[in-house]
Amino acid sequence: MFIVDYVKDVYGAMKSLLVGMNRTGYYFTHHKEIITEEYPDNRETLVLPERFRGEVVMAHDENNEHACTGCSACELACPNGTIKIINKFDISPEGKKKKAIDTFVYHLELCTMCGLCVEACPTAAINMANTFEHSVFNRGQLTKRLNKPDSKLKAGVE
Amino acid sequence: MVEEIGKTAEGDLIINVGPQHPATHGVLHLIITLNGETIKKVEPHLGYIHRSIEKMCESLTYRQFIYTTSRMDYLSAHINNHACALTVEKGLGIEIPARAQVIRVLMDELTRIASHELWWGAMAMDLGAFTPFFHAFRERETINDIMEETCGARLTMNYMVPGGVMMDLHPNFQNRVKNFLTLYKRKIHEYDELVTGNIIFQNRMKGVGVLSKEAAISFGVTGPAARGSGVSCDVRKLYPYEIYNTLEFDEILETEGDSFARYMVRLREMNESIKIIEQLIDNIPEGDFQAKTKAVLKLPKGEFYQRVETARGELGVYIVSEGGTTPYRIKFRSPGFSNLSCLDHITRGGKIGDLIASMGTLDLVIPDIDR
Repeated sequence: MFIVDYVKDVYGAMKSLLVGMNRTGYYFTHHKEIITEEYPDNRETLVLPERFRGEVVMAHDENNEHACTGCSACELACPNGTIKIINKFDISPEGKKKKAIDTFVYHLELCTMCGLCVEACPTAAINMANTFEHSVFNRGQLTKRLNKPDSKLKAGVE
Repeated sequence: MVEEIGKTAEGDLIINVGPQHPATHGVLHLIITLNGETIKKVEPHLGYIHRSIEKMCESLTYRQFIYTTSRMDYLSAHINNHACALTVEKGLGIEIPARAQVIRVLMDELTRIASHELWWGAMAMDLGAFTPFFHAFRERETINDIMEETCGARLTMNYMVPGGVMMDLHPNFQNRVKNFLTLYKRKIHEYDELVTGNIIFQNRMKGVGVLSKEAAISFGVTGPAARGSGVSCDVRKLYPYEIYNTLEFDEILETEGDSFARYMVRLREMNESIKIIEQLIDNIPEGDFQAKTKAVLKLPKGEFYQRVETARGELGVYIVSEGGTTPYRIKFRSPGFSNLSCLDHITRGGKIGDLIASMGTLDLVIPDIDR
């Protein structure tokens, strides 16, 4: 009986190896099943989903207007201190003082892309872009100003 | 010889595995005392990736601290966030909409499959087989794409918020998941053909790294590692949270307790997760995806604890609140730490060649151990 078991073992072992090799052979001959994406070369065709969380950006329309009121909700929601809002006071034509943002500072190097600032924003002024290649040569370039120069608050946004 | 095991004597060889070693899956440092090829002692040294997440959480609000837990067990980030969200909800006493509960469970199970698939590939790579790694990543990539589309990130999703989930499901979600299910069913037999049935693999796994039921309980091992020893410890079955008590799935138990049993538990568990997803994917109820919560969350004074079943075992979140906006103290009972503690027990007296294989079946994630 020992011989029978031994032969059975050897047969089973050989069979298991051949079954595995069969799989390898299958993929060797079926090139259409290969799904590799060659990343740096496919930059033009790479499509990321619109919800993808890259860096925080502030949307400006064609009149160079944004929707940020400077309420600092994002600054409070951020767990890492990534956002710093510097406010100023505009004088309206009627002579009233009105709060507006002077600089919206965004530290990309501190950001973990958690999306809590976008969640907290009451006016949907900021959103997350689809960019993900953030490497720069100088660390200073990672501190960004999100509101464009001379941009204004959109009319009707409170 | 037997009585010498566990003691260092003259002529023993002490070698260091790690902290920078690919086979330890991260920065784990093992000091191994060897007598020839026989392991006398394995001493894990921790702390190389300690980021003091618990202390950090004390300065963050109840909305903010959830994202840090994605960085603990990064392969089941969803389930970690889920545990934190559940604990905060327990403290606030809010009811979660049915839609949010189903979304959460769906995401949890997808994460579990992704985690087990990565483990399967890494496990085979620990044993020297490189091809299975790519096979595992092919299916895992499909899940990552689903996560990217709905949650906005591939690994550290931060999708669970107190009261529900951050965003509604993407319109493509159901189709994508169904495509994944067909792909998975078409490909799962390859896992058995390539690795499970392979004679070399079986000889290296069977009867190696035996963890008895009693030892598993006394070391506090949970998850698939303990279920391979016959310990019934699935939190989803024993202490159901969300809608797990209404779902039909089996708790996978193997009794051998060796490396192969732990391997089989994980493979079969993936099929159970598929079963859960199939039950839910066509029955996502309509409604809100988030309960209405206050802008500033304040937990009442007291202590709150919630446990969930991650891909690696039982994760417990313990919050002590003083009534403020930030927790007074947070403690995570992570599965990786307890599972690592039995490594010395299961490898002692064995051969050094089996160390990495036994460690691979414990499915350790080092940031989860150190936190």
